[in-house]
Amino acid sequence: MSFINYAAREINCKLVYYGPGLCGKTTNLQYIYKMVDPGTKGKLISLATETERTLFFDFLPLELGTVRGFKTRFHLYTVPGQIFYEASRKLILKGADGVVFVADSQIDRVEANIQSLADMNQHLKEQALDPEKIPLVVQYNKRDLPKVVPIDELQKALNPRNLPWFEGIAPEGKGVFETLKALAKLVLQELQRKT
Amino acid sequence: MPSIANFVIYEEDLSRINACLSALQHKARSSAVLLIDTSGQLIASAGETDRLDTTPLASLAAGSIAAAGALAQLLGEQEFSFVFYDGERKRLHLSVIGRQAIILVLLDQNTAIPLVRLQVKKFSKEMERIFIDLAKRPEPAAGSGRSFSEAGIGKITEDDVENLFKKR
Repeated sequence: MSFINYAAREINCKLVYYGPGLCGKTTNLQYIYKMVDPGTKGKLISLATETERTLFFDFLPLELGTVRGFKTRFHLYTVPGQIFYEASRKLILKGADGVVFVADSQIDRVEANIQSLADMNQHLKEQALDPEKIPLVVQYNKRDLPKVVPIDELQKALNPRNLPWFEGIAPEGKGVFETLKALAKLVLQELQRKT
Repeated sequence: MPSIANFVIYEEDLSRINACLSALQHKARSSAVLLIDTSGQLIASAGETDRLDTTPLASLAAGSIAAAGALAQLLGEQEFSFVFYDGERKRLHLSVIGRQAIILVLLDQNTAIPLVRLQVKKFSKEMERIFIDLAKRPEPAAGSGRSFSEAGIGKITEDDVENLFKKR
């Protein structure tokens, strides 16, 4: 749910990173946290297990600057990817303004990606969000690993609408800011269209 | 309560909300009160919030309320009316207004909890009335009301987005 505060001249948007377990959602946020100027970010909050698997969500507030005089804040969330945290994933999508679907490019994760995408579309509907209309960007992560699916095959399986997509190597930052920037742009355009 | 999706507030709305929050903060003898939307964004606050990191507080409070709601449904309850955290020095009282917003009341160990619950109930009703008024306000028609562009933003361009990411 975007929140525009005309009194304080602020725009707040919620962006969610979704994808199968171990696809690199948290790594995206960690890289962003590492690279942005200290003055523009809040604390990175990770509700994780002892083995650093996301238990509920990660949260990173970013205040990158102003758009036309409005302070613009993006609240980045990840969902827990493991299958049995389905109930939590649904909760995090509530009020999302935009979603990054982080796919794991490895051959043996094709099924997990497809299942996660179907799960995401279902949960968006349950949160009264239209999967066809919500701003969405796809990131094909782990492109540096040896056994990866060619991009055109991933596109056919996961992005038939040819939404904006990026190749990613999240620990090195490849594609991380490109993905975020593309989603930010879509979300701000949608916000402008609605208001 | 009506939906506050794509929530927009103006100066006069914020004044009403702030007045309501300040009164609650005073009457509940709380150190701070936060109004949060259920997706985790802070709408307004009152009291001693300078030393609080309100952004993650809002996000975590929304997560807590969402988890409580899901737990309630699993147990066949429609909802749990409030969530209460009791620490050595601080206490937190979280409750939902309608289905769209959360009131977080920060307390110390000297506060009488029944008093807090009574005041939260009372001010929740007042807050609901404010939201109903907000929802009744006509949508700004293109070229007529206080649309996004007429409030001084204008069209958001590619350059605007580029500039946001330049200084990171």
